[in-house]
Amino acid sequence: MTASVTVLETGLLTTVQDAGREGEASLGVGPSGACDRASYRLANRLVGNAEDAAVLEVTYGGLRVRAEGDVVVATTGARCAGCWPHNAPTALRSGDELVLGVPASGLRTYVAVRGGFDVETVLGSCATDTLSGLGPDVLAPGDVLAVGASGLPMPGVDLAPVTDPEAGDVTVLVTPGPRRDWFPDEAWASLVEQPWTVTSDSNRVGLRLEGEALERNRTDELPSEGLVRGALQVPPSGTPVLFLADHPVTGGYPVIGYVTDADVDRCAQLRPGQRLLLRESDLRGRRRG
Amino acid sequence: MRILPSGSTALLVELADLEEVLGLYAALAADVPTGVVDIVPAARTLLLVTDPAATSLSSVEEAVRATEPRADLGGWGDLVEIPVTYDGEDLEEAATLLDCDAAELVRRHTGTEWTVAFCGFIPGFGYLTSPDWAFEMPRRSSPRKKVPPGSVALAGEFGGVYPRESPGGWQLIGRTALTMFDPARDAAAILRPGVRIRFVDEDAPS
Repeated sequence: MTASVTVLETGLLTTVQDAGREGEASLGVGPSGACDRASYRLANRLVGNAEDAAVLEVTYGGLRVRAEGDVVVATTGARCAGCWPHNAPTALRSGDELVLGVPASGLRTYVAVRGGFDVETVLGSCATDTLSGLGPDVLAPGDVLAVGASGLPMPGVDLAPVTDPEAGDVTVLVTPGPRRDWFPDEAWASLVEQPWTVTSDSNRVGLRLEGEALERNRTDELPSEGLVRGALQVPPSGTPVLFLADHPVTGGYPVIGYVTDADVDRCAQLRPGQRLLLRESDLRGRRRG
Repeated sequence: MRILPSGSTALLVELADLEEVLGLYAALAADVPTGVVDIVPAARTLLLVTDPAATSLSSVEEAVRATEPRADLGGWGDLVEIPVTYDGEDLEEAATLLDCDAAELVRRHTGTEWTVAFCGFIPGFGYLTSPDWAFEMPRRSSPRKKVPPGSVALAGEFGGVYPRESPGGWQLIGRTALTMFDPARDAAAILRPGVRIRFVDEDAPS
């Protein structure tokens, strides 16, 4: 009999995520996928899955699931309260429950099961895209998720020595974006010198940042243009949005800068109220043009 | 052509106009530079998304600069016919805005060969253009909260078809029964950049 997992409680938001839909942006389909890709890949590695297997992405804890059949699971990302090993593979006996309390730091926890969650793909991915509505529905109590067949050997590690997501101020590197020249130097200085506060209307689409508004030196309309994860787009309010996994494929406001790709994963662990410090990367000098 | 930075994984190529975008897109789509995983055309730009493990931004930039844009776009993409019932709520008003009557607007709309310039807004929504369509259609002053799927519409210099129910401010001139976007289909979107479109009046006497 194949194992499955029954969802009992989901917390604020739990979705199925994987590596996302690459290569479909020209159809208006965004990438979606796990917000914190490093934690997502680690979760799969810990249970011997392919790195692009489907996992659960839990927002601010609150997930409760029951194993129907024996399974091996691992949680990564935000470490949730509860007597549960984290960043480590663990066996759940049939009938056992996995209960995730509120995390001490960070926002998103990844739950991988050995064999992966066997969920129908849409355009090659199981990811729930909260912006476009593609992919499976957001999880709800009563959902039953089939567990796939395990393929790869177990990794032979008891515990991955990774640090927990940061509490307090988080510093990341930025480089100038395509429309840096739509802003005066004072605006760029303000971007990389002031602390930005993550607001509560942030989500998988992006982090809305609060702070002193950035002024533009051009007020004409920008024809929409393509963007990727990490873009710092400045709408007319003057306070930037940092785009995450479910970003739109194009945007009509100028992108002043980009958070370095590897740092975007850390941004995906920021909670409302936490402060984000954007620091200019010295990569800037190395780019020509 | 200007090549603008877009983080550590992408480049934004800025061009003079939509025609240049289409010409370069056609050339790049036919011969995708190594390590480029997505090419996203828009009104004035092409975004090239790369796999950093497979290439560097500087080699992609070189490949783009060395690419000869396709000059003749006639007959480039597939030609798709979209059957339309021209009974849109805004048909009369849209015709008035173009100083003609409804029959003339339908004649112009069906008499034009359109090309999908780029997609965006929602999955499968294509922005259609044509050198033969020299009209500028104002958007509705207040957008609709719900535009029905299959609505055939006009706004600005563009034509479009709503792939699913969504909010929208375009002028609705008709509707098609075709499913414009179906992720379960091999080609999920009917409107892909480069595809040529002819609208066919279903009620026209044959």
